[in-house]
Amino acid sequence: MTNFIDYTLNGISTGAIYAAVALALVLIWRATRIINFAQGAMLMITTYIASAVISATGSYIFGFVVALVSGLLIGAVVERVIIRPIENAPPLNAVIVALGLYSLLIAVAGMIWGATPRSFPSAFSIRGYDIGGTRVLFAPNDTFIVLVVVAVALGLAALFRGTAIGLQMRAAAFKPEIARLQGVRVSRLFTLGWALAALCGAIAGMLVAPSVFLGPNNFDPILISGFVAAVLGGLDSPPGAVIGGLLLGLVLSYVSGYEGSALVPLAALIVLVLVLMIRPTGLFPAAAERRV
Amino acid sequence: MLKVEGLSTNYGAVRALDDVSLTAEPGSITAVLGANGAGKTTLLRTISGLARASAGLVLLDGNDITRTSVEQIVRSGIAHVPEGHGVITELTVEENLRLGSLHRGRAAAPMQEIYDLFPALVERRGQPASRLSGGERQMLSIGRAIIGRPRVLLLDEPSLGLAPRLVAQIMGLVRSLADTLGLAVLLVEQNARSAMSVADRVVVLDLGHVVADQPPQELAADERLRHAYLGF
Repeated sequence: MTNFIDYTLNGISTGAIYAAVALALVLIWRATRIINFAQGAMLMITTYIASAVISATGSYIFGFVVALVSGLLIGAVVERVIIRPIENAPPLNAVIVALGLYSLLIAVAGMIWGATPRSFPSAFSIRGYDIGGTRVLFAPNDTFIVLVVVAVALGLAALFRGTAIGLQMRAAAFKPEIARLQGVRVSRLFTLGWALAALCGAIAGMLVAPSVFLGPNNFDPILISGFVAAVLGGLDSPPGAVIGGLLLGLVLSYVSGYEGSALVPLAALIVLVLVLMIRPTGLFPAAAERRV
Repeated sequence: MLKVEGLSTNYGAVRALDDVSLTAEPGSITAVLGANGAGKTTLLRTISGLARASAGLVLLDGNDITRTSVEQIVRSGIAHVPEGHGVITELTVEENLRLGSLHRGRAAAPMQEIYDLFPALVERRGQPASRLSGGERQMLSIGRAIIGRPRVLLLDEPSLGLAPRLVAQIMGLVRSLADTLGLAVLLVEQNARSAMSVADRVVVLDLGHVVADQPPQELAADERLRHAYLGF
């Protein structure tokens, strides 16, 4: 029973990180119908930048803030410079461009910071809480992870449901031409969407880096898990991304705990295949009339 | 006043509009009629900036808006209700209306004004627009267009898919909007009889060319034109 509680708590913590990556993928998919395969590399860059800032200043908080700001900037620049020229091109172009961007960012990171993974500090202690004399697999840093992701999800919900710009972003994502006819500056909102997505990615990078270490390719598995979580949630739905992330985190935590961590990547792929076979639209499918 | 002078639009090698000129006066309805492929929708899309003009001018109160962005054209006072109603079905009725008012800020009409005009929408305000009937969707799209207090209203096939009783209701509403709000309405229609019943002037397009521009009474009296281009 103790093991089950441990695996469940651990699943919630890692699931929260998957949720952040899934949110990043979903925000871009909703707006531009592009799967951003470069998301893992983008969050790797922002985490390296945060690492440099933390090393230079000794302040985790400052490094965290710089990671978020650099995420916003990188997302916006990628959309304006790389994605916009292929906005109306066939979908395969966007896939190739995203993979090209991934390769470019991995190479640049290797040239600047080297290929050897390095440790990354956590915001809080990673020593599990002591509950009734038993140490559980859930530490203050896990609480921080869950709270940050919950705050991001609530913030996005407030933005989309409670503000004028959120309404315009939803309209632009659902029917861009109709949105333009209401005076909505759709291209600016697409840039904002990419910036917000990269912000979510930057947060995920900061949260996961202490456990996977910081290296050019160390975030690839998190992108795969984030993608599976996004598909599980329905790919179009931010709440679905959060729930999909948490569910996947739990499943993979149980697999890792009971069957061994070597089976985790395989389990993630099995979940992906099962979702695509049984419920390809995910748990929270978009409305039938949806288009972008 | 909206003035179109020598407007041409190409889709690749195909010339969809060729040297089209017309005027839409405040408080009047100009109906644009013609068969499928005549260029009616392209005319509206070119005026609102969705399609790029290859030649000619679009003037709003004397200002050239031909190569202005769609967003800027909307902000300058032209509202376009596209074919198929154009409501965003994933948003609620109220969100659709609010979307149409955002670019005008405090200058937009109060929401209640739209609900007074379309009482059927009041009960539906919190529901997704996907649950509306065809007639309600048309009311919503027109309401969303006029909440921004435009000077020109471009309506593309508002009768499409509606029952005859609703068509008459919508046409009556369009007439009333032109009269009470002083809107210059450019009404594209397949349903020639309905459009002519409310229009002050009728422009007939054929393969991108203007073949007639006259009051509806004169057009109704011209048997050759009616048979050749309007099918009755």
